[in-house]
Amino acid sequence: MTHAVAAHRPRVTVRVRLAWTIAVFGTIAFLACLLAPLAGSTPIHLSTVFDRSLPYADNIDAQIFWVARLPRVLAAALVGSSLALAGVVFQALLRNPLASPDTLGVSAGASLGAMIAITFNLDFSLFGVTAVPVASFIGSFGALGIVYGLSAARRRGTSTIVLLLGGVTVQALLSAVIAFVQYLADFTQTFRNVRWLMGSLDVASYPPLLAALIPMGTSWIGFATLPRVLDLISIGHESAAARGVDVDRFERVALVSASLATGAAVALAGPVSFVGLIVPHLVRLIVGADHRLVLPASALFGAAFLIGCDLVARTIIAPLELPVGIITAIIGGPVFLWLLLRKS
Amino acid sequence: MLKASDVSFSYESGRRTARRVIDRVSFDVDRGTIVGLLGPNGSGKTTLVRILAGMLHPESGQVVLDGASVIEMSRRDLARRVALVPQETHTTFDFSVIDMVLMGRYPHLGPFELERPADLDIAREALDATGTADLESRSFRTLSGGEKQRVVIAAALAQASDLLLLDEPTTALDVGYQFEVAMLLKRLNAEHGTTMIVSTHDLNLAASLCERVVLLKSGSLIAQGPTAETLTAENIRLLYNVEADVQFHARAGHLTVVPLGRP
Repeated sequence: MTHAVAAHRPRVTVRVRLAWTIAVFGTIAFLACLLAPLAGSTPIHLSTVFDRSLPYADNIDAQIFWVARLPRVLAAALVGSSLALAGVVFQALLRNPLASPDTLGVSAGASLGAMIAITFNLDFSLFGVTAVPVASFIGSFGALGIVYGLSAARRRGTSTIVLLLGGVTVQALLSAVIAFVQYLADFTQTFRNVRWLMGSLDVASYPPLLAALIPMGTSWIGFATLPRVLDLISIGHESAAARGVDVDRFERVALVSASLATGAAVALAGPVSFVGLIVPHLVRLIVGADHRLVLPASALFGAAFLIGCDLVARTIIAPLELPVGIITAIIGGPVFLWLLLRKS
Repeated sequence: MLKASDVSFSYESGRRTARRVIDRVSFDVDRGTIVGLLGPNGSGKTTLVRILAGMLHPESGQVVLDGASVIEMSRRDLARRVALVPQETHTTFDFSVIDMVLMGRYPHLGPFELERPADLDIAREALDATGTADLESRSFRTLSGGEKQRVVIAAALAQASDLLLLDEPTTALDVGYQFEVAMLLKRLNAEHGTTMIVSTHDLNLAASLCERVVLLKSGSLIAQGPTAETLTAENIRLLYNVEADVQFHARAGHLTVVPLGRP
């Protein structure tokens, strides 16, 4: 009898849903990468860009596509997917749908690092990366270290509530230090500081992308081990542990991976808000709560989302190019409010 | 099936004197029985359940499951045989009922392995066994308290059909749902031979459900044995410091406990 009933129910396993999710969101992300570079001050055509009969040296469209526009679009893709992934992980780990890459003070730490580098005219480079992004990346890990230390000091492993409250406190504290450092800055530096804090994807070459890929790629390895564990941890530490999850170990993997991704994204583009908060929610509306679908879908949709926002930023009052952080906040705020009202 | 011998446990309190929460507790659980774990607040029931689930390691003594020491088993191996049903389950995200039950398959899958149709069948059998098959595609959040607890029990069955540890499974429920869950546990035990250890505050639930009870006070074992002989007015006074009338209720078919006053 049991089997007779079971036979009538659909046998759609997570494999099938995962394949569909990757196909659909992968197509969206790929099309965004391919089409976004076509728009800009000089219109170019896709057919000309990929016209094999034209030598590259004579193909202006191809040069604009590959050299002038694609790096920025790829930067948007990397930053968008990293912030979205970090948002998913922080929301599950802290068991709080309002969590974002900003919650634990990681991006505030990154901002402080950048402010220090700009204000004190730090001039060095590491692996071909300039002082501001390096200092920003170091800052993100400084903040994570403080927050993690606080929560681990309370007891073995990490305490969610201490992480959350500690993160919010550290974030407020760091904002004060950021204000202090900005106060010390002169006129030009202040201008650079303010512009940096708006979050912008002003990337015009490939080396910064390759440098960002090192921490981001490392975080992807960490994320790959997490999906099912995040499902279980989001239900509760106790039930996760009773199902065989090494909760403490995976919490560390999740925290470090999400912080690596956030730190690298902020170092590359400055603090771009709302992406890490709303992309996971939008994706869950479509694929459901299962993190084996939410995580890859958010990575792909986060990329497409930020490419789209940057497209608006580049073109809405052309030839001026707005910082993308302004657009994400203007789009993200109302979208989040809509999500909020929709639920209640 | 399960044998706890001389189990002691202290929480590290940071100072030199750690508080002993479980003090040399020994008891046996036979296969196919339901054993009740009774005791006042702070008596160590939850700690004991966590030790049995392998989540905490006893300071001394050991827990043996079918001849193998629990602390020597890997988390995954243990999770395939012993499942925990918590008092309440809150989900942060909007999981469907079948999602919740499939999560029970976690210890049976490799690190990157996805569920196969066979896992789906196991999850659906668990839904059938708990009478929640028609809820399969509902959102877990929208269920009533009793339905939620039945789904969580289904997830536990999909995880390990051998031994269920239930930590105050009815405390958060109203009388109707309490009865519903108690009936389900009885039926699972009768039809599937599922072994259960149920920690509870509800003496009447223990009386109706459990063949044996283990009485715990301040981390020490006060008494244990068949429910009919162990759940006496005298033991209840010892345990809760309350005078109670314990009678056999003919229509219910088990003992009933009515507290009358402080001695």
